[in-house]
Amino acid sequence: MSLTIEEVDHIAELARLKLSAEEKELFREQLSEILAYAARLQILDTSSIPPTARIVQTQNRLRQDVPRPGLPLDDLLRNAPDTEGGQFRVPPVLE
Amino acid sequence: MTELIDLSLSETIQALQDGDISSQELTLAFLARTENIDSVLNAYLTITPELALKQARQADILFNSWRRDPSTKIAPLLGIPIAVKDVLCVADVTCTCGSRILESFVPPYNATVIERLVNAGAVLLGKTNMDEYAMGSSTENSAYGVTHNPWNLERVPGGSSGGSAAAVAARLAPVALGSDTGGSVRQPASFCGITGLKPTYGRVSRYGLVAYGSSLDTVGVLGRNAADLAIIFSLMAGRDPLDATTSDLPVHSLNFETLTMERTQMGETPLRGMRVGVPDEYFIGGMQAEVEDAVRKAIRDFELLGADIKPISLPHTEYAVPVYYLIAPAEASANLARYDGVRYGPRLSNNSLSDLYSETRGEKFGAEVKRRIMLGTYALSAGYYDAYYGQAQKVRTLIKEDFDRAFKEVDMIAAPVTPTTAFPIGEHSNDPLAMYLEDVFTLPANLAGVPGIAFPVGFDQQDLPIGMQLMAHQFHEELLFRVTHTYQQVTDWHKKKPPL
Repeated sequence: MSLTIEEVDHIAELARLKLSAEEKELFREQLSEILAYAARLQILDTSSIPPTARIVQTQNRLRQDVPRPGLPLDDLLRNAPDTEGGQFRVPPVLE
Repeated sequence: MTELIDLSLSETIQALQDGDISSQELTLAFLARTENIDSVLNAYLTITPELALKQARQADILFNSWRRDPSTKIAPLLGIPIAVKDVLCVADVTCTCGSRILESFVPPYNATVIERLVNAGAVLLGKTNMDEYAMGSSTENSAYGVTHNPWNLERVPGGSSGGSAAAVAARLAPVALGSDTGGSVRQPASFCGITGLKPTYGRVSRYGLVAYGSSLDTVGVLGRNAADLAIIFSLMAGRDPLDATTSDLPVHSLNFETLTMERTQMGETPLRGMRVGVPDEYFIGGMQAEVEDAVRKAIRDFELLGADIKPISLPHTEYAVPVYYLIAPAEASANLARYDGVRYGPRLSNNSLSDLYSETRGEKFGAEVKRRIMLGTYALSAGYYDAYYGQAQKVRTLIKEDFDRAFKEVDMIAAPVTPTTAFPIGEHSNDPLAMYLEDVFTLPANLAGVPGIAFPVGFDQQDLPIGMQLMAHQFHEELLFRVTHTYQQVTDWHKKKPPL
């Protein structure tokens, strides 16, 4: 199992992580090694094994659909780097 | 009289109620010791003396009026100081999660566990150091510097709750909250010679816990002994409408007396009838011999106390590392998408939304967090999902079934916590896979959702603590407390103090 730099670029793009050239090479090596180690899972025959969906048996519980107060808007916005008119402000998405 | 900071939780509660000490004296004792020695340890990221002393003053007022009129009720934890891992939100106190990306994040609300413990009267001393986003086994991944092990400053305290473990071991707090996704309470408890509980998944609310691997995350507690943990656990566990995975099962009120009852009833063999399984797969080549010897000695002690020791097998143990290191990073890659420079500061670049995301995240996340996001993104990506994430979730089922089978034969499982005692700072820092392999004995409990407790059972030749763990069926924390407490009644490993 060995990743290429192109694959590392693709994953970084999907994860929205800007990486330096050194980081890409380091992650290429380290992720290759970790994935090679993880490949030992492939030898197990799991064709009749269901994937774990939840680890503790619980019933789905639905709450009454009634409005109730949440946190104040100002409190929720106070950690954001840029806000305007009670909203998060970001660069234009569509020009 | 024993020094204030050395009292157990039940002794402290008694001393406060008897009026022998005040909460302010107690709180000041921990704050003063923190001021004296935390520059060496770096256990705390934020100390909150003003908040703590305000809560302590309030507690003392309530104690005074209670003494005037004992018919009124006082909260069970009134005036007791606690430390909190910096992964749990405390309203209006900075919560960094060990990360630069949250360096200025001030949560506007309390985590449910904080809400419950504050309502129970607790005094908040501060927020403790941790591996960034709880990703790590040494606290070396903190963006704010490593925490040093109080037993040997050149060694790691374990992680990711290394700050909490060091704070409790060094008497900078009587108890501390932690989180355990793959061993992050039990492993540092073991490295620091203290007792730590990872509860059943869904037993303690995760509301207000910064999410890492949501199907694995639990909120745990670290302290000096099992009876102390039991007090805190029974106050923080239970159903929370704000966390849909929490269970409705009732939580029993636990304390020193309720845990001790069995011993007096059963005389010299208080563990009579207790079936303890010892899995072959947890005693592997390459383990430090002193660790294996101390754990086996403790198991013989359990036998002398009346327990029935049985060899068992958990055949899929060797797959826990690859399963965990696919599932946890996959969940993390989704959970950490929210740190994007929009809702939480800081923000780098305003060129385009895409650059804003990538530059902020690339610059402000540390190396291990980026590595796990990359790994998780890969495991979930088109073309690789079935081979990696899908296969890992199936093998997780096999690991859970190992435990289900074992618990038909035994009441609990005894095992080491780690293959070695605390390793030197820097030893694994360039080799992530070697660091992941350190977690081999703690990951299975998270993957199976079962509770585990770690506690000290000896020291190696370098005077570093050795821990062991007990695991039980889901929702059987009380059994873990009872057995550990029984062991701690006849041994004194948990009473040893680091030379600080």
